[in-house]
This record gives sequence, C-alpha cells and structure tokens, in this order.
Amino acid sequence: MAQVTDAAIGPPRAALPWVSQLSWTWVGVVPFFVFALMFLLLPTGLLAVGGFQDAQGHFTLRNLRDLFQPSIASSYLISVKVSAASAIGGALVGFALAYAVIAGGLPAWVRPALMTFSGVASNFAGVPLAFAFLATLGRAGLVTALLIRLFGFNLYSTGFNLLSFVGLTLTYMYFQIPLMVLIIAPAIDGLKREWREASANLGASTWEYWRYIALPILWPPLLGSTLLLFANAFGAVATAYALTGSSLNIVTIVLYAQIRGDVLHNQNLGYALALGMIFMTGMSNAAYIWLRGRSERWLR
Amino acid sequence: MKPSRLGPWLVTLFGVLYFFVPLLGTFEFSLRYLRGVYSLEAYRIVLTDPRFGATVTYSTVLALVTIVVGVALVVPTAYWIQVRLPGLRPIVEFITLLPLVIPAIVLVFGYLRMYNSASVLPLTGTERATDLLLMFSYVTLALPYMYRAVDTGLRTIDVHTLTEAAQSLGAGWSTILLRVILPNVRVAVLSGAFLTFAIVIGEFTMASLLDRPAFGPYLQLIGANRAYEPSALAVISFAITWACMGLLQVFARGAPGQVAPTH
Repeated sequence: MAQVTDAAIGPPRAALPWVSQLSWTWVGVVPFFVFALMFLLLPTGLLAVGGFQDAQGHFTLRNLRDLFQPSIASSYLISVKVSAASAIGGALVGFALAYAVIAGGLPAWVRPALMTFSGVASNFAGVPLAFAFLATLGRAGLVTALLIRLFGFNLYSTGFNLLSFVGLTLTYMYFQIPLMVLIIAPAIDGLKREWREASANLGASTWEYWRYIALPILWPPLLGSTLLLFANAFGAVATAYALTGSSLNIVTIVLYAQIRGDVLHNQNLGYALALGMIFMTGMSNAAYIWLRGRSERWLR
Repeated sequence: MKPSRLGPWLVTLFGVLYFFVPLLGTFEFSLRYLRGVYSLEAYRIVLTDPRFGATVTYSTVLALVTIVVGVALVVPTAYWIQVRLPGLRPIVEFITLLPLVIPAIVLVFGYLRMYNSASVLPLTGTERATDLLLMFSYVTLALPYMYRAVDTGLRTIDVHTLTEAAQSLGAGWSTILLRVILPNVRVAVLSGAFLTFAIVIGEFTMASLLDRPAFGPYLQLIGANRAYEPSALAVISFAITWACMGLLQVFARGAPGQVAPTH
C-alpha cells in the first residue's frame, strides 16, 4: 500500500517541471491527501475492485449478478423500503414542523429551541435510540402500557411489532425529522413574505399559493432533502442491529454479518454488497447536490 | 386577515411529543428495576459495573485523541486552502463530504481488507495498531463536521492580513498556525470538537467490527442481555449527547472577542 500512496502524491511534486515553483505550496496539503487516500479513497476503491473479482482475482461480473439472488435482493428491498418510508415520513413531518415554527407566526423563542433540540436529536441515534424505543413502544414500554391502562387498547393485538418494518421506520424517524428541520430551514427562510402577500392581493387562495408559488420553488430542496434522509437511513447499522438483532434482514445487517463471519461464503460477493450500498447512497447524494444547485436560483 | 395559529401549534405539539415521549419512556423504564417501586437501582448497577467505567474511559480517551488529530489535520489544510491554494477548494470540500456518502460500515469493511494482518501496513495486527486505526476511522467520520466548522470559522477572520502581519514580524509557519490562526478560530474548533465527541462516544459499528472495547459495543452487549440497565445507559448517553450539543450551542453563539483581534 505504501508504494501506491507515494506514487499517487508523487507526480505533482517531482514529475511536472511547471509546478516546481509551487512545490512548497503543495506540501501544505500533502497530509490531508495522504489521509484521504489511506482512509477514504483506497479502502473504498479496494472494495470496489474486489466486487469485480472472483476468488482468484480475475475480472468478473458474476458478483454483481449474484446481488440479484433472492436473499440479497430482498435485503436491499427491505432497506430501500425502510429508508424511503422513514425519509418521506421524516421529510413531511420535518417540513411541517419547520414551516410551522418559522412561518407559522409562533413566538420568537420557539425557533431557536427547535433548532437546538434538532441538533441534539439528529445526533441521538444508534444503540441508545433503539433502547429508547424499546422502553416506549416495546411490549412492556411506557406507551404500550399506558394505552392498555387508559383505553384498554392493546397495541400488540393489532399486529404492531416494534421489531418490524413499521417499528424500524418509526424509530428512524426520530433522527430523520430533526435532520429534515435542520436542512430545510434555510429554504423556508428563503420564501419571501411578499410572494404570499402579492398572491393574496391578487385573490389567490392558500391552496393556490402553495400550488403555483411555494411548491414550485420548494420542490427541489424538498426532494433533495428527502434523498439525503434516504441515504442517511440506508447506511445506518447500529439502531437496527440493537433493535431487531438479525431478525430484520436489512442490507447493513447482512453486511455486518458478512464482515463478522463471511455468511455469504464468498468474500467477493461481500465486496459487491458494499459496492451496491455505495451506489445507492452515492446516487441519492448526487441527486441531492444537483437539486440543491437548482433551488439556489430562487432561494437566496 | 390574521392566519390561525392553531395549526402551527398542533404541529409543534406533535413534534414535542415525538421527541419527548421516547425519552420519558426510557427514563420511566430505567426506574423500574425493583418491582412495584421506582428506584435508581438500574443506575447503581450500571455505574458500579467495571466494564462501564472501562469502556467509557476508552471511548473518552479515543474521542479526545480523535479531536486533537482531527484539528491538527483540518486546521492547517483549511488554512492552506484559504491562503495559498483556493483552486483546490472544490476537491478538498468534496473529499471532506465523502464520509457522509460512504456508509461507516463500508469504510470499516475497506479498512479490514486494506489493513489486514497479511498486508503491507497490518494495522489490525496488534491491539495498539487497531486502536490507531479506530482513531483514524473516527477522524474520518468527524471530517465533514470538523472541516465545515473550521472552514466557516476561517472565513469570518481576515486570514491574509493576519498571515502577512505575522510574517512581517518574523513568525514562521508553525507560529502562525499555532499562535495566530488557531486562537482566532478556537470557537469553530470547539464546536467541531463537541460534535466529534458526541459522534465518537457511543459509536457502535466501527468499534464493534474492529473488535475494540468501546462504549458503543458495551451498550449493545448490555442491551442484548439485560432488561432495565439498557434504559439507564440510554439516559446516560443521551445526557452526554445533550451536554455536548448544549456546549456547542453555547460556544457557537460566539464568545465575545472571537472576531475582535482583526479590528
């Protein structure tokens, strides 16, 4: 590995004569690029290469094809469903919350309180979050018990189970909603009061204001943020692992088991699994960046 | 025409309930250790468990080293990009955002492949080396937050003038960075540091797959085997996150005098 690192950063310093005057300037960013190569680019690149190799190291597309075998395809599907549901749910609630607090005419102190709390809650993920939901909506949880005691309503007799698709989605929304609040707030700030007043003067109803003015301007940041939330949920491991163990086979759990003990009995298929995850999160992030570029035209 | 405030209040109420009910549920659950009465027994058991102290200490030390290394990596780079190589800014910013795109579990999978005990640089070979690898993984995880915080901080001060002033007084690069730039962006560095701490202290995936005795894997282990202690641990770790983010908010408001030296 050391040779690869040296070769990659070598040329700008030595091989190109026209940068020789700049050579000392380049030194300042060498540690950063060495770090990026060693801990971001090369490890990820090695996985990507491994995804295209068979056990002997020959090029093959077989691993990528094997990703579509039923057991792996279904784990991707569950991951996509949970991530999409928690992203859309988180985006809708998060937007409603941010809009209510920023543009809903609430007292001024509500906004900083919401922002501070969103900063905390969006970072309250992982294992403790799973514990919190088990203690709240689990079989012996506070809300489950209160519903039985106060209304005689047994949540678990309705088929609800925290260790399921619905349960995981509800749990993920705990960090998705505040994340949405944080990233959509600037876009809501960008909606000018004059637009609403002008449309009202021209006789537009609230529905017409949203249909013809607010939503056409807001859809890129809304869709982009939803994609960012999707990627955020797609890569999550700890919450799901602590909540459901391995009973819900989302793709990160399969990958976790694969890294632990090669459950797929094929190292290279494991690399392809990781490659598939990068593809999904990479695409949603790229779309987010593109949509953010579009939204900057209006929201300044 | 006065719009009704009822809708916004209802939405806000829903948000407050969604945020606080699980916290309340966790707290209530953590008090149920003794049948029939509320007690702090679960906390007593957790706090006297030697593994609790050991893993929290391990994760705290790791978080502090991560912060130091992260600052040492990010501050000079962001400074250099600002002063000397603005052309590289898009590339560097893109790289710093990669940890948000590549899931942590994929990164650690890559480390395990690249630094296995048969490789040129066998960082997973010994415990000390794995600690080092875990620390660098955390620097990577924190990179997006740390870089953005420091970069924002550098934009609020006049880096060029400060650099030239220091140079004309005979300062070398290390003096400029340590005694001129760093004190001026200390608020940004601190907010990056608190965020890093909040991320590292309970991190599960990387520590677990690198098999190190950190707080995150300990939480998971207790969660899989005990009933009430996990809730107590969740309350404690929420308190830690809250403390970090609270301190961040206090510092991010801007301590007076942060920008003053340039005027």
